[in-house]
Amino acid sequence: MKEKFFELVDRRSKALQKDEVLLANVHQETSDFVRWNGGRIRQCGTVDQAYLGLTLIRGDRTCDSILSLTGDLDVDDARCEKAIAALRERLEVVPSDPFVLYSEEVRSTDRSTPNRLPDRDTVLGDVERAAAGVDFVGSLASGPMRTGFANSLGQRNWEESHSFLLDWSLFHVEDRAVKASYSGFEWDSERFGRIMDSARSQLEIMKREPRTVAPGKYRVYLAPAAVQEFLGTMSWGAFGLRAHRTKQSNLLKLSEGELSLDPRVTLKENTRDSIAPGFQGDGYLKPDEVVLVENGKFKDPLVSPRSAKEFGASVNAGTWESPNSLELQPGGLAPADVLRELGTGLYVNNLWYMNFSDRTACRMTGMTRFATFWVEDGEIVAPVKVMRFDESAYRVLGSELEDLTSESELLVVPDTYGGRSSESHRVPGILLRNFEFTL
Amino acid sequence: MDLEARFRDVLPDVEFCSLRLEDESQEFLYVRDDIVLPVRSSADVGAMVTVVDGGGIGYAATADLTTSGLAKAVEQARAWAAGSRGRTVTDFSKIVMPHPKGSYTTPVRTPWESVSLADKIALLREECARVGGDPRIVQRDVSISWVHRETLYLTNDGGRVEQCFDHIVPSIAVTAHADGQTLSRSLGGRGYCRQGGYEVVQECGLDTVGPELRDEVLELLSAPDCPTGTMDVVLDPDQVILQVHESIGHPLELDRILGDERNYAGRSFVTPDMFGSYRYGSELLNITYDPSRTEEFASYGFDDEGLTATREYLIRDGILERALGGHVSQQRAGVPGVACSRANGWTRPPIDRMANVNLEPGSATLDEMIGRVENGVYMKTNTSWSIDDSRNKFQFGCEWGRRIENGKLTHLVRKPNYRGISATFWRSLAAVGNESTFMVLGTPNCGKGEPSQTARAGHAAPTCLFTNVDVFGGE
Repeated sequence: MKEKFFELVDRRSKALQKDEVLLANVHQETSDFVRWNGGRIRQCGTVDQAYLGLTLIRGDRTCDSILSLTGDLDVDDARCEKAIAALRERLEVVPSDPFVLYSEEVRSTDRSTPNRLPDRDTVLGDVERAAAGVDFVGSLASGPMRTGFANSLGQRNWEESHSFLLDWSLFHVEDRAVKASYSGFEWDSERFGRIMDSARSQLEIMKREPRTVAPGKYRVYLAPAAVQEFLGTMSWGAFGLRAHRTKQSNLLKLSEGELSLDPRVTLKENTRDSIAPGFQGDGYLKPDEVVLVENGKFKDPLVSPRSAKEFGASVNAGTWESPNSLELQPGGLAPADVLRELGTGLYVNNLWYMNFSDRTACRMTGMTRFATFWVEDGEIVAPVKVMRFDESAYRVLGSELEDLTSESELLVVPDTYGGRSSESHRVPGILLRNFEFTL
Repeated sequence: MDLEARFRDVLPDVEFCSLRLEDESQEFLYVRDDIVLPVRSSADVGAMVTVVDGGGIGYAATADLTTSGLAKAVEQARAWAAGSRGRTVTDFSKIVMPHPKGSYTTPVRTPWESVSLADKIALLREECARVGGDPRIVQRDVSISWVHRETLYLTNDGGRVEQCFDHIVPSIAVTAHADGQTLSRSLGGRGYCRQGGYEVVQECGLDTVGPELRDEVLELLSAPDCPTGTMDVVLDPDQVILQVHESIGHPLELDRILGDERNYAGRSFVTPDMFGSYRYGSELLNITYDPSRTEEFASYGFDDEGLTATREYLIRDGILERALGGHVSQQRAGVPGVACSRANGWTRPPIDRMANVNLEPGSATLDEMIGRVENGVYMKTNTSWSIDDSRNKFQFGCEWGRRIENGKLTHLVRKPNYRGISATFWRSLAAVGNESTFMVLGTPNCGKGEPSQTARAGHAAPTCLFTNVDVFGGE
């Protein structure tokens, strides 16, 4: 794939007209997908897809096109030639764009990891054995993912990995369930077994008589997966330079110094330790990390090439100015002490379907989902029926933050819209003095 | 040799085999703050082969449509079917799949290509410029998304369906900031999406609505927050459709009811035994699945499992009658459904997706509904949505609100939100607007499935009145 992509861009670059620049991005994946319900397969198959993004630039005019690729170099080259001709025609029509910016410094990179994925039957067999006697619902996505950038200036970037993500739940009855996942580059049957055993243990607690909790404020521990969901929603339009300059960021009060978070809160876009590509679509290499919030204060925004040109800043992110590898620095609470420190309150493993109640106040609503437990005097007593919360980030990461756990988890986003996600979060759990439930 | 001949050439000796070709072109035009952002087009062609054999099932998706490419996909799908034999949720061999014949085409009055790119850009720039001029306005967005999609569905027993769709999503939004508050007003919150040609751009009012949205958002900046309390709400169609989508559409999807979605999109509070008797809402609630309204976003002749689409009542006079589930789910659940097994492209297998799910108009005028409210809020245009995984406890927010006091509209309120429980909320439906309040809208990006996929859903609804709702505002 790599050689074909670079050859394609070489061919099209040679055919460019004077003053034209071509940027090309490719994402290819060959994915095995399996989904289970009740431990039985509902759907299974293989998807072989490759999409090529082309940007043609002439001076301050630019147009984009995306094509699916067949894998046959000559066929794809002919389609590219046609697409570029159409882009060229459009450049005659579109007005000038004062904020066009792309990397003119040639910085090529190549990072590939060998394929250590097991054969399909090993994984299916392990899942089948582990799911015996339990209501297992979940999905597997597995196979190679390849991302490339090339431009007519001669820059070439390539990342290739072979990974899997098994994301599943174990159900008792109705919505009483436990969530788990296992991701990586090499399948380890024993490790999978340990994760499954842990999920089975939690499922035993879910079989106890569930408790209904009245709306109100409670001491709460949000486990890393719940923190991931909270930060994921908070990040919508929160960190981009444009969002701040146009007063639209959910964290505007933070960046303008009106409010602050707890001094222990430091948030980074950590590309170095993530699974995301180290380059973006306009040819810029991403910095190893961008510190977004430091010791509770807003630090640096994410800056796309367009915003860099518009607002006079340096590029450090992709087009959407959204974190792809968000890290919340851990704190001092040992995981083994979480229940004791929580005392009496709710232990929330997962949050779900969040959205904003008030963007200006960064106030968000959402639901508990899967294993949420009622804890008394440091002991798990019973599962809790699903609850709706409505809380501000300034309270959760500010006034109500009691501690963060000392260990973080790397959580891969399981979404596969358009393709398998390279987004992840590295987050600890957080202990809160108060967390408001409303319904 | 054309694609059909190539497919027939590589057909395996199996119980069922289908090929679904998808050829989709898109164009996206976007003007932000008077700058024309890069015009984006796309061309996406590929096919999915599905095989059922010996009780197992498998699929393979490829963009290589040569004979050898299709043969490879057939072999992959066949291997999955063999590998899943005896391990599946049902014996797929016992489900007799349709072998349909037919075609469907979106009626288009003004083809998208018949209007020059220069003219389309000129319209967007003009409308963007028209909503500017006030220093409190921080962003102006005007865009049009166009999708042309051609599909061909073939089966091993002679089934052949060709369909051709044109989708248009015009959008305009104005965002303003003052005194620490940032608020937006938009054309239906991207809910104005339809099938058709360029005529949709004119029909939706993209060339007229901008100044009204600008004035409204500027007024909202100085309005008080929505009050908190239990009161009545009158919801305009661009909020009712979201309420229908989240708390009727999704709970009625059969794959949720069967449990397929429990790990991701969630389950449903609806159970199979409820069909035919469960009181979902007041007697005023009539919900249809209606693929026959050709301008609506998700109209079609056949779904992606080959089932013929026909208009059906899902809820009649408040009683639940029918689910949103395609052929395979109907067979598995033993519950009546509709033709709604759909995929969002050649890379994803079909799953149960709501298509056009409509709340049928009633008899009330808007004035009559307002006049019935002593204490309430009139809300427009969804801006926030959240609901639990059983589709029961919800919270929704709107862009615009106006107080209703003693049967009269009074002052504006900002950040109106309300929350409730699906199973009881629809029973508080106290009045349904007549045809004069009825709008055909939709949702362009509904997410679901493993692997994940988005779907286009159509929704048409009138203005509605609900009583005793838990209402609140911003901080």
